[in-house]
Amino acid sequence: MPLGSFNPHSSQTQIITALFANVLILSAAVFLIVAGLVAYAVVRYRAEKGLPAGETEPPPNFGSRPIEIAWTVLPILILTALFVMTVRAMARIDAPLEPGRAPDLVITGHQWWWDARYTNGVIAPSEIHIPASRRMLAEIDSTDVIHDFWVPQLARKIDAVPGRPAYVWLEADTPGTYRGECSEFCGADHARMHFLVIAEPEAEYSAWLQRESQPARTPPPVTFQQKCADCHANPAKGPDLSHIASRQTLGAALSPNNPANLALWIEKPQSVKPGNRMPDQQLSGSEVAALTSWLGSLQ
Amino acid sequence: MSGVLGAVDHKRIGVLYLFSALIFALIGGAEAMVMRAQLSLPNLKLLTPDTYNQVFTMHGTTMIFLVVMPVLTGFGVYLIPLMIGAHDMAFPCLSAVAFWLHIVGGLLLYLSFATGNAPNAGWFSYAPLSEKQYSPGPGLDFWAVSLILIGSGIIASAINFIVTIAASRTAGMTIRRLPLFVWMNLVNAVMIIFALPVLVASLVMLLGDRLLHARFFDAAQGGSPLLWQHYFWIFGHPEVYIMILPAFGMISEIIPVFSRKPIFGYPFVAASTLAIAFLSYGVWVHHMFAVALGRTLLSVFAAASMLIAVPTGVKVFNWTTTMLGGSIRFTTSMLFAVAFLLEFTIGGLSGVAFAAVPVDWQMTDTYFVVAHIHYVLFGGTLFAVFAGVYYWFPKMTGKLLDEPLGRWHFWLIVVGFNATFFVQHILGLLGMPRRVYTYADFPWWGPLNLISTIGAGILTFGVLLFVANVLVSLRFGAVAGCDPWNAWTLEWAEDFSAVTVQSRRPLWDLKHPEAPDWVPES
Repeated sequence: MPLGSFNPHSSQTQIITALFANVLILSAAVFLIVAGLVAYAVVRYRAEKGLPAGETEPPPNFGSRPIEIAWTVLPILILTALFVMTVRAMARIDAPLEPGRAPDLVITGHQWWWDARYTNGVIAPSEIHIPASRRMLAEIDSTDVIHDFWVPQLARKIDAVPGRPAYVWLEADTPGTYRGECSEFCGADHARMHFLVIAEPEAEYSAWLQRESQPARTPPPVTFQQKCADCHANPAKGPDLSHIASRQTLGAALSPNNPANLALWIEKPQSVKPGNRMPDQQLSGSEVAALTSWLGSLQ
Repeated sequence: MSGVLGAVDHKRIGVLYLFSALIFALIGGAEAMVMRAQLSLPNLKLLTPDTYNQVFTMHGTTMIFLVVMPVLTGFGVYLIPLMIGAHDMAFPCLSAVAFWLHIVGGLLLYLSFATGNAPNAGWFSYAPLSEKQYSPGPGLDFWAVSLILIGSGIIASAINFIVTIAASRTAGMTIRRLPLFVWMNLVNAVMIIFALPVLVASLVMLLGDRLLHARFFDAAQGGSPLLWQHYFWIFGHPEVYIMILPAFGMISEIIPVFSRKPIFGYPFVAASTLAIAFLSYGVWVHHMFAVALGRTLLSVFAAASMLIAVPTGVKVFNWTTTMLGGSIRFTTSMLFAVAFLLEFTIGGLSGVAFAAVPVDWQMTDTYFVVAHIHYVLFGGTLFAVFAGVYYWFPKMTGKLLDEPLGRWHFWLIVVGFNATFFVQHILGLLGMPRRVYTYADFPWWGPLNLISTIGAGILTFGVLLFVANVLVSLRFGAVAGCDPWNAWTLEWAEDFSAVTVQSRRPLWDLKHPEAPDWVPES
């Protein structure tokens, strides 16, 4: 799954990539001028070896006002052009909000996973679904420390600051699965705070949203109530598991969602993802099996 | 021992600074190698996440506060009195106090390892991650107290620099004739006076939050996490220039001497320093472009951040032009100075990229930034420091550093440095965030990280060779004499009190009475 700026998949990331290309060309030109001058000086004015100590000194040159003005003014002109490009790109990326426009989804950073809440009450941890080719307005929040919401191929990054909601447009030009990461250092598991953005055709997206809004069909085993519900039934403390079997990945987009990985996560979360907030619970083999099979049924 | 502890002489204090910076550089370098080892391949488990976070926090804090700032202070304390024809700093005891404050701060910082909880919230320690609730161990308290001590030492030495340069200049050493190294240290010291107290004050506030429940930065209790960011970067961005202006000063001394030409455009090189100092207080929000602060505000800071490239560019062009028409001697010192021009230009240009706000919205907090800051602070400041060490070592020790060893040192550093950090630009473009203890096996991430780690190995070897060169040359080096480079500033005079200062190059005038820089009155 390619990440990063070489493969933009939304209008805003395309704008950023184009701006970066311009910056790169300007920078390369300036670097070549400096490097060329340095190389010329080094080759042309290198002293011959073995000059006697009392050799004649080259003629001094204390400076030139016109030259100084030239290399002050020219960069200002180049940077003015760059500034205009920058401001225009900013306006196109952060398109203004219509007054009273409510967000389509609220994305919240936690140590160390993300979840998305939709207007119909669906909570989707670590896998955010959006309709392809329709702009969604996302509110970005944090429940604890500062995180940063970043899907390199789809959107500008934006900090999730506790107590200070931010807004970002989320869109994808083609259906697909796009990887996102936390991009602000947020503690022990910052490195493994990934998520997926799944862009689907409108009909599939609506079907997904409908499916996710149904309650779980089978009642949880006793072990879940005793050992897991404290966090996992409280969306502020742990990821919601209502439809975990319909997700592609486990542990904040860490490993594929299959029964073996699920059982491993339930049994030894600290060895799968050291430092995460889920303690090793010392569950028996049968408890792990019961939880794995129940969670595996939560489509 | 009492000779060390009781030293107040500026030369001794200067050498002590350089020595302690070298020791801390080896420690900070070892921390960097530990990180590069952990990152050499995807999904390695050499370190736990928390250990990695402690190591990168200590690496950043060490390199900034215990290596770069002290090494520059050391050169300043040693050279400024000599260059302006003074017998010592204005307040010799204050020099010693400043030095020992920074040593005590450094020891305290490293003592935190003994508690099993070294600071682990990064050198920037953003609230609320740095609050007690999220970092309950004592590490952050050690970090804050130690930086308060170090910061106070830096402020003290800056005051000392300003007073010395203002009050202790010899006859004829007017402000317009100051060597550029002194000029830039003067501007730098003024910047420190305005920047460092902000750091110290915000650290006191952080300690208040952590120990007294003061809640300055705690959103849940009505405080503001962004307040910490504003305070930190109002200190932190001028700090970036504070860490390079004295290095600019060294380059401004070294390139002319080895090109056998006076600096091109002295008034512009000096005045551009003032422009940098002024603008550096109006760019801090570019560290916060990813925070939703509103387009108008971001545009203002983008403009200032781009504008600061202009006076910096003026310097680079003047240094380069100084070489044109010269008669260039490629000593190891000059090799580092020329390499500085190229490496620093790369770092400066990648900095302009971040001023283009939307580019920052992709690249900030990725390895692209790691590459950028190392091109500025290593390719810039430390290359200049190496140039400075080779240049002034004979002044400090009476011995020349070995040139053949110096060439090996230079090439290992150049190859190792670029191998380590150039590929990190690409890693950033490929989406690799900074401050991650490990990464998944995404396309190209593994090979590029491996190249970076191998580069860091070469770099380490180069640094060790430099240490070897210092040790070997101290004992067996060629005797330098008092003016080995045929230089022009007062520190190279056999007896500066016998020199009349009538221009910016007093020793040139002395050696070339037929063609002095000053115009004799007819």
